Amino acid sequence: MSGSPLITLRGVNKHYGDYHALRDIELEIRQGEFFSLLGPSGCGKTTLLRTIAGFEDLSSGTLMIDGKDMARVPANERPTNMVFQSYAIFPHLSVAQNVAFGLRRDSRPKAEKARAVAEALEMVGLAGYGGRAAHALSGGQRQRVALARALILQPKVLLLDEPLSALDKKMREQMQVELIRLQRNVGITFILVTHDQEEALVMSDRIAVMFEGSIGQMADPETLYRRPNSRRVADFIGKMNFLSAEVTAAGATVDLDVQGLGRGSIARDQAPNGAPAGPAVVGIRPETLTIVFDGEHTDRRTIDGVVDEVVYYGDMTYYDVRVPGVDEPLHLSMRNVIGRPVLDVGTPTRISWDERALVLLDA
Amino acid sequence: MKPPSMKFPALRIYAIIYLLFLFAPIILLPIFAFNEGKIIAFPLTGFSTRWFETLWERPSLHSAVQSSLIIAVLTSIFATIFGIFAARGGAMANFPFKGGIIGFIMLPLVLPEIILAVALLVLVTKVLGLAPNLYTIVLAHTLMCTPYATSVLNGAFANLDASLEEAAMDLGESRWGAFRLVTLPLVMPGIISAMLISFIISLDEFIVAFFLSGNVTTLPVYIYGLRRQSDQLPIIMALGTILVALSIILLVAAEILRRRGLRRAGLEDAGGFL
Amino acid sequence: MAAGGFISDDGRRALRSLLPPFVYAVFLMAIPLATVVVVSFQIRGAAASGEWLDGALPPPVAIALRVMVLLYAVTLPFAFVLVARGGNAGRISRFLLLAAPLWVAALWLSWSYLATLGFGFGNYASVFTDPINIRGAVRGGSWLPGLLPRSLFVSVAVTAATVILAYPIAYFISFRVAPENKSLWIFLITIPFWTSYLIRIFLWKVILGYSGVVNTALTGLGIIDEPLTFILYNVNAVIITLAHAYAPFAILPIYVALEKIDRSLKEAARDLGENRLHTFLRVTLPLSVPGIVAAVLIVFIPTIGDYVTPELVGGSGGLLIANRIQALFLQVNDPGLGSALSLVTMAAVGIVAGLFMLSLRRWLKRA
Ligand SMILES: Nc1ncnc2c1ncn2[C@@H]1O[C@H](COP(=O)(O)OP(=O)(O)OP(=O)(O)O)[C@@H](O)[C@H]1O
Ligand SMILES: [Mg+2]
Repeated sequence: MSGSPLITLRGVNKHYGDYHALRDIELEIRQGEFFSLLGPSGCGKTTLLRTIAGFEDLSSGTLMIDGKDMARVPANERPTNMVFQSYAIFPHLSVAQNVAFGLRRDSRPKAEKARAVAEALEMVGLAGYGGRAAHALSGGQRQRVALARALILQPKVLLLDEPLSALDKKMREQMQVELIRLQRNVGITFILVTHDQEEALVMSDRIAVMFEGSIGQMADPETLYRRPNSRRVADFIGKMNFLSAEVTAAGATVDLDVQGLGRGSIARDQAPNGAPAGPAVVGIRPETLTIVFDGEHTDRRTIDGVVDEVVYYGDMTYYDVRVPGVDEPLHLSMRNVIGRPVLDVGTPTRISWDERALVLLDA
Repeated sequence: MKPPSMKFPALRIYAIIYLLFLFAPIILLPIFAFNEGKIIAFPLTGFSTRWFETLWERPSLHSAVQSSLIIAVLTSIFATIFGIFAARGGAMANFPFKGGIIGFIMLPLVLPEIILAVALLVLVTKVLGLAPNLYTIVLAHTLMCTPYATSVLNGAFANLDASLEEAAMDLGESRWGAFRLVTLPLVMPGIISAMLISFIISLDEFIVAFFLSGNVTTLPVYIYGLRRQSDQLPIIMALGTILVALSIILLVAAEILRRRGLRRAGLEDAGGFL
Repeated sequence: MAAGGFISDDGRRALRSLLPPFVYAVFLMAIPLATVVVVSFQIRGAAASGEWLDGALPPPVAIALRVMVLLYAVTLPFAFVLVARGGNAGRISRFLLLAAPLWVAALWLSWSYLATLGFGFGNYASVFTDPINIRGAVRGGSWLPGLLPRSLFVSVAVTAATVILAYPIAYFISFRVAPENKSLWIFLITIPFWTSYLIRIFLWKVILGYSGVVNTALTGLGIIDEPLTFILYNVNAVIITLAHAYAPFAILPIYVALEKIDRSLKEAARDLGENRLHTFLRVTLPLSVPGIVAAVLIVFIPTIGDYVTPELVGGSGGLLIANRIQALFLQVNDPGLGSALSLVTMAAVGIVAGLFMLSLRRWLKRA
């Protein structure tokens, strides 16, 4: 998925009085990309989205869409459309009138517009719903109407502000799949705001993780998960164990001494921020640690520990294992396959790990 | 659980007596209006519509009605427009002194009417050097009705999702277009309701109208003029019956519209006017 | 959120929307009220005598002196502000302020100039000295209080009667009426308010009169032999009529306050062994105080301005301050005195309302 940048933000800042809501945002979003803004509540995701849509003025910086500076372009003239968190379905209009709302200034003949509305409704799976009163729709149906209403205008960019957060879990998962399919079909650039990391990982080509008004890391889902560039990002996306470490030598590979694990060496790309000699932190994901059960054999390096906590989760079991020399128990998760018992608290156990799963972070 | 009435019947009885107290004048009004006798007292002397018929034969009454209608219509339009501005601004974002500004707009609600009347009379005669006329009453009534119109419209605007207008703009409408196509239809029941309320208040208002009437006679001023003639009392009753009937019809219409507006926006009823 | 002076884009839009009704209210309230203040110093009959300086000086000099004196008087406060601010303007102003005696002279001169135009404290003097307004007098062997204290008393009585009568109704609607019927009840109690004010007063006259509904009914039933006379053409009639007129203004704020009370609080109190009366006194009543305060203010302040009810049902002894103001403006044609009396009345209302709030706060803090 590549192409020329469709949206460019350079040094964008937004102040609300004394409050600095967006800090030096640098962003390039490519044509046809599915881009997500991920971050905790209040970090400025909505503000950034509304800035792109034209509902908020920039305090400083530039915003370009499709090569044009948007500084003086009001929301109604921007090639963007938005799906609001509340969906903002016009309650006094029917479903079809809602969808046709943006076509008012279109000079096409009536029949053609009606066909466009029918197509848009069909695209979101609401064929035949045109005559319904909008205020009598369910949450999922409203969301689809909001989508159809925006997509019928064939915008260059579709902005979605937590479109799925009001839906129940099943509906949400179904709509995730449908949104991805829709985006592939129409080829429009999507910018999705979400605070749900799983949703972001599942749906996006690229994700920007935001904290307190600035972008912490911007990368594709796999990089973000496997090579987070800070403890904050690593913590926000999934779970991670952090161990203090010491960088002893850095050349083609990096030599480390990790608390509890011992000496080892990792590849250069496992240190996203570089590897200056001295104290550092090493992160390791729970699912890359494996308990070596009785009778099993491993070629990997192992350490010994004692089970401290067990949470049985059906398909998975989550363990906290206390390892000598490490302050915090290590979290790890094991798939429950046949022949693997669920260990009790207090059981002495052996854990295997791999140097390739480590990521080196700043202390 | 016991039904509520069983828990404390005294309260219910009190409520009914209180309602009787509230409605006593309204109930008696048509009774005397249709009474044959000249004296307003029991026992009644027989059914008659003659007092209503005499109403037709009074040109001075007709011109009073005409002035009152002009004043009430103009007032309801202006007060509702101001009410739309005030309620819309009130529903939008906060800024310093917003509460004070809204409080000032609502102030006429608690200002003693005589003070208002005095102040406006002084302004019109001393500062502007005009003789009071019909339009000075409209000015005053607009001021007095704006708080009522605002509070009726507050409900309509406060319940409006702010992102609706943004959505309309996002779909290509200008700010005005978004207001016209989305906000206006959604608050329309409130607007009509506010106009009806303002109309009723203006039509009934006496204290300020009397101060500012100059040589115009409004309907309440006309009725007031009859106060010393006891033989005119049945005519006042007949006139009152018509006025009260009109008020109640308008009021019921306003209430129905207000509720419909709430329902259209898919919202709970949060109580009546005021 | 943000520190002083910050208005967001949305806030600015809200301000812009609020501006037209606000400006209108300013124009029709603040400016007229300011004019009333000015007029209240204008003494009737003491019209411009034109004596001041004009007799002794040639007219151009007198006019120039007048302009100078007025300019001094007007710029004095600004000079003080500039001095406080410092800077260059402050230094100049300090120099000007050194001539303080000059300012005093200027003030005195400008005041005496205004006096020649017929301005002065005379109206206020007569408000406070004329027995009819405030002081009261002995007439026909009995004490007749001034109109203002009487009016305040009547307003207090009306307020007390209205609020006390209204509270049980608000309570009833809030706690006893099924939720789906509440708005119907609220609608019912507001209907009488919307029906012609004058007509209602006339009807109370009919109801309470010597041969009115109450008396004919009571004599007809044989309960009394002679018609009751204490119910019309006196203060009682005024109180009844006004309590009727302001009923919804008292009920609605109390109802709103009661509606806000968390229903589980009452149950919790009941759970803790409180009986019904105690629950009411210790939980419901204190929590409804804001509603009661609103009801008191919204009834008390406007009632003082009513002159029709006293005139029509109050009889000769029932006349109140508003009648006097009305007469001063429309019959006696003395707007100066009328304005002064209006302002003193408003101040008195403000003081009484303020004292009420203050003592209430005291009482609440103690309780
Ligand atoms: N109009 C405004 N005036 C002042 N501050 C604002 C305004 N809008 C947003 N903010 C502040 O800016 C910050 C970012 O808000 P924003 O709505 O962008 O957060 P968000 O990341 O979308 O959070 P959430 O996940 O809760 O929706 C918040 O602290 C918020 O209080
Ligand atoms: Mg948000």
